[in-house]
Parts: sequence; C-alpha cells; structure tokens
Amino acid sequence: MMEDIRARFLRATPEFCRGCGNIIILNSIISEIKNLFGSMDGFVFLSGIGCAAWIPSPNIKTDTIHTTHGRPITFATGVKLANPDLKVVVISGEGDLAGIGGNHLIHAARRNIEMMVICVNNLTYAMTGGQLSPTTPQGTITKTTMEGNIEYPFDLARLVTNAGASYVARCRTADKLQLQRCISNALKKGQKGFAFVEIISPCPTQFTSRNIKAFQSIKYELDFGEFLNVDREGFVEKLRRSIKKNH
Amino acid sequence: MVNNLEKNANAKRNYWMGNEAIAEGAIAAGCRFFAGYPITPSSEILEHLSKRLPQIGGVCVQMEDEIASLGAVIGASWAGIKAMTATSGPGFSLMQENIGYAAMTETPCVIVDVMRVGPSTGQATLSSQGDVYQARYGSHCADYEIITLVPSTVKECYELIIDAFNLAEQYRTPVIFLSDGHISLMRETIEIPEKKFIINRKKPTSKDDIIFGSISNDNLVPPMPCLGEGYNVLVTGSTHDDIGFRDTLNADTHRKLVYRLAKKIICNKDKIIKIDRDFPNDAKIGIVSYGSVSRAVWELQELAEKENIKVAHLRLISLWPFPDEEVRLFLNKLKNVIVPEMNSGLIVREIERCNNGITNIHSVSKIGGGEPITPSELLDLVVSLS
Repeated sequence: MMEDIRARFLRATPEFCRGCGNIIILNSIISEIKNLFGSMDGFVFLSGIGCAAWIPSPNIKTDTIHTTHGRPITFATGVKLANPDLKVVVISGEGDLAGIGGNHLIHAARRNIEMMVICVNNLTYAMTGGQLSPTTPQGTITKTTMEGNIEYPFDLARLVTNAGASYVARCRTADKLQLQRCISNALKKGQKGFAFVEIISPCPTQFTSRNIKAFQSIKYELDFGEFLNVDREGFVEKLRRSIKKNH
Repeated sequence: MVNNLEKNANAKRNYWMGNEAIAEGAIAAGCRFFAGYPITPSSEILEHLSKRLPQIGGVCVQMEDEIASLGAVIGASWAGIKAMTATSGPGFSLMQENIGYAAMTETPCVIVDVMRVGPSTGQATLSSQGDVYQARYGSHCADYEIITLVPSTVKECYELIIDAFNLAEQYRTPVIFLSDGHISLMRETIEIPEKKFIINRKKPTSKDDIIFGSISNDNLVPPMPCLGEGYNVLVTGSTHDDIGFRDTLNADTHRKLVYRLAKKIICNKDKIIKIDRDFPNDAKIGIVSYGSVSRAVWELQELAEKENIKVAHLRLISLWPFPDEEVRLFLNKLKNVIVPEMNSGLIVREIERCNNGITNIHSVSKIGGGEPITPSELLDLVVSLS
C-alpha cells in the first residue's frame, strides 16, 4: 500500500540518516494528502535549508521550491497571494522556521494566511553538525554547548498560538496515530487559515549520539495535542472581501 | 480618492514624483504583485501601489521586512505574475541573499533601490549614489551577471521601469532599478506614451521542455513554467541540473549552470545596454554621468557653451552589464573626461578600466547631506581643463 503511494507521489528516493524521523513525516504527509485530496494536483511545497527541508525537495512529485535559509514562509506568502487556488505547504526545521526565520513565522500566523506549516523539531541544527537550536532543551550536550545547554528553549506551539493562526498542534513521530490526525486536520485547516504542526522528531546522528549519558539531566517538558482549532477568516479571503467592498 | 487616482493614472499628462512614475510604469509593464517594507525615500512606491494594485486586480502586501518582501516577490513570480519590490540602501542590503537566489533560479522580478546616504543608517532620506557596486556585487559569490538601470528624469522612471520588466521577462533574471533620493522625490510633468512595448516570459510548450538549462546559444534563456500547471517544477538555489535536481558535488554541473547564467546576459549586451551620447563635433572635454547627476551636466553644457567650450556627454542609462565598448569609444576621442558622482568615486573605477591611457580621467566626488553636484562646480573644472 505504502509502496503504491510512494510510486505515485515521489520522484526521488529519500536520503536520510538511519533512524531519522523525516521519512515517517514524509510518509504521513503523502498518505494524508492521498486520503483527503486523492492527488497532488494544486499542491506546492516550500522548504528552507536544513535536513527537514529535504523532505519535500526534491522528493515529492509536484511543484517544490527549496528557498533561502529561514524564508520559505515568505516565498509561500507570495505564491498564495499570487494564486489563491494553490494549496500551499511549508515543511522545514525549527532552526529554519523558528531560529533564522522566526519573524516570518509569527507574522504569517498573525496574518492567518491560508497555508499549512510543518515544523520538524529535532531539537538541534543537524545538517551543520549538531549545534544549539532555539528549541534545544536545557542540559543538552551540543557542539556549541559541550557543558550542557543553559538557555531556555522556545515552546513553538504556544508561540504560534499566541501570534494568531487557526490551527496549532504538537505531536511526535513516535505516536503515529496522533501524527496522522494532526497532519490531516492541519491540511484541512490550512486551506482556510494558518495551520501549524510542530513535530518532535529524532536525530540519532547529531542529537541522541551525544546525549546518551546526559539523557537523565535533560530538562524536557513538552506536552502534545491540539492547542488551537478555530474558524477565523484567512488573509486571502479578507483581502478578496475588502477589494470587493472598495471597488 | 480612489476615482481621482484612477483618473490621474489614465491621463496623458501627469505631474508626478519619481516614485509615482515608477509605480505607474510598473503597472503599465504588467506588474500585478508588489511586496514591500516602508523606507524613505522609497515609501511612496509602496503607498501608491497599495491603492492602485487592488483597483486593477493586483495584490500589494506590506511585509515584515525587506527579506520577506523579496521572498514574496520571488514566490509570486513563480506563480506566474510580474512582481516587484522597492526599498532603499539598508533594505537593499537585506535583500542581497534573495537577489542571488533569484539570479540562480532565473526568476524574473524587479527590485527598485532608491539610493540614500550611507554606510549603515547614514543620513536617512538624503540622496546619494552609493549602491552602484552593491547592485552588481552585493549577493555572495557574484559570479552571476545582473542588469541594472539608472533613471535621470521622472519621465525616465516611467519608461525605464517598463524596460526593467521587459528585460527581466526576456532574460529570466532579476533586474535592479537604481533610482536616487533626488529623482524619486522630485516632481516633473510627464507625457504618457500611447503604445507601450511589453515582453512576457517564454513559457514551455511541452512537459519535456528543459526549464533550467542547456548552454547552446539558441537556448541560453530556458522557458519558465508556472506553479500549478502540472510541470512538477523543482526550484532550488542549490546548484541544479537542467531539470532542477540538486547536484551539489559535481563541478561540471555548477560550471555549466553558472557560466550560462552569466552568458545569457553578456551575450545579449548589445540588446541590454542603454546609453545617451551627446557629442558635439569639436568637443575636447567630456563627462560620463548616470542618475540625477546627469541633470547638472545638461545645465553645465549650456553654461560652458556661453564660454565657447563644447562638452561631450555620455550618460549611462544601464549601468550593469557595464558598457565597456561604448565608454572606450567615448574616451578615445577626448583628452579630458570628468566623472561626477554622489559617492566617493565608484564608477570612475570602471571608466579607468576602459581607459586606453590617452585620456585623463577626473573624478568629482560629493558625499553627505544629499547635496547635489552643481553645474557651477563642474564648470570651474571644465574651464580649468580647457
């Protein structure tokens, strides 16, 4: 079954480390799109720079834009405003979306622009060798915090909830049923407003390997579930209505 | 208010400021998407288009910063719409990474930079010409070539921004439009031309068309599909093959791609370069200028005429790719050439590079306060050299 979907919806063989969560996320997205929409028609995937940015590009067989670091949401905003018929999905890591691109994340949530954003949160900058990220838990050993991280991490799901948005959830690759439900709900909501899913995903290569001994001292307090699921008028729809009214 | 704006835009004669002419010229060129962030002295372009674009089915959005503005413009361009952003020096610096991305992914778009005094915040709002090299070499690893246009009048703001869109579409490239504080904020009466020549990007005709490559001379500029048309477009700023697949380890793929990006501009220099040459028969002294400084040169020519001195004038309307041949031909006939600029003397380096050794090049540099170079300042030098 999964092989059929892959043959239909992928155009390359995904290349990720052993044990990486990206493959689970890719599988879940294409399965849920098949379940909800039947095909990839009209979908545009955008991603920034980092391991998670390679989930859609080049793998998913539809239009994909692999943007500059931290900016996929800005490109996606242009795409959606220029052609509101397109179904816009951003997939990137937490370093990309909440580190260098954090400003765009909160502003897109504030505008409530119609798109779905998946933030693959592996708690570290993996592609560059395992440095501190804005969500790295306190106590974690990273390449730039060899004595254990002392910074407070972002709670991304709550950050985005407070910035605006229509849908916010946090889930993990370890809980497949919850993951699929959140992606499915966000895909639906992402056509009407800003839908954000934070997925906690393992990075055995850069995170786990360095923290096997330190695991007990890591302060890790994330909760999971849906944080927001409301009906609010999206930016494109508001724009359309204001143009109609004034002209 | 809305009606007045529409009426004004359709009038044949208008008393516009440069920024309004840029905005209206963009609309005439077919621009239907604008994303920007307020910054003096460019904000009127954003303000004007926020009123005008919704009237004609376009979209204008104020983004959270200049990086986001150009990001949205690139996204809109891939969605098939002609798109533009406008800023000033500090914002132009923030856009540089995405300018490189637009060059690498061959995304047509227009970036207006209304130059003001720097470095850094400098003397905000006041005019300068300090961004001429930022336009050419601003994005990291400037192995790409870029087209840059420089207006000298309000009328030219209108006409040249149409050229900017045409060149962007024709060569699938970002085009930089370098205005300055003087040109953008001054008002002049302009006649709107009845017929405008508009170029639209070449689209693929089959799903097998190569959309990112081929180095053969007849296909330096590949066709560009839109998102959502079933082409399964693969856009990436990483080195990519003809189809768009990332190939970051193969040296040949990189060379083939980047040489073509440069070649498509260089091989079409003749069609891109725009100059305005005024060469009286017995002129022995010449001036090379661009942008608002050219206006002082026009007045200087009249003043010098009264002193029986003929001054030749080469005005660069396009700055990049640099018009080497045109400058060389101009210098060859003159003993002394003055290069006045509202910066510390930047383009004079390019002029020196084109010098055959016969001509004496004199840089006239003025920075600070947004003070223009005056005709009488130039006259003193012209008289002393004659």
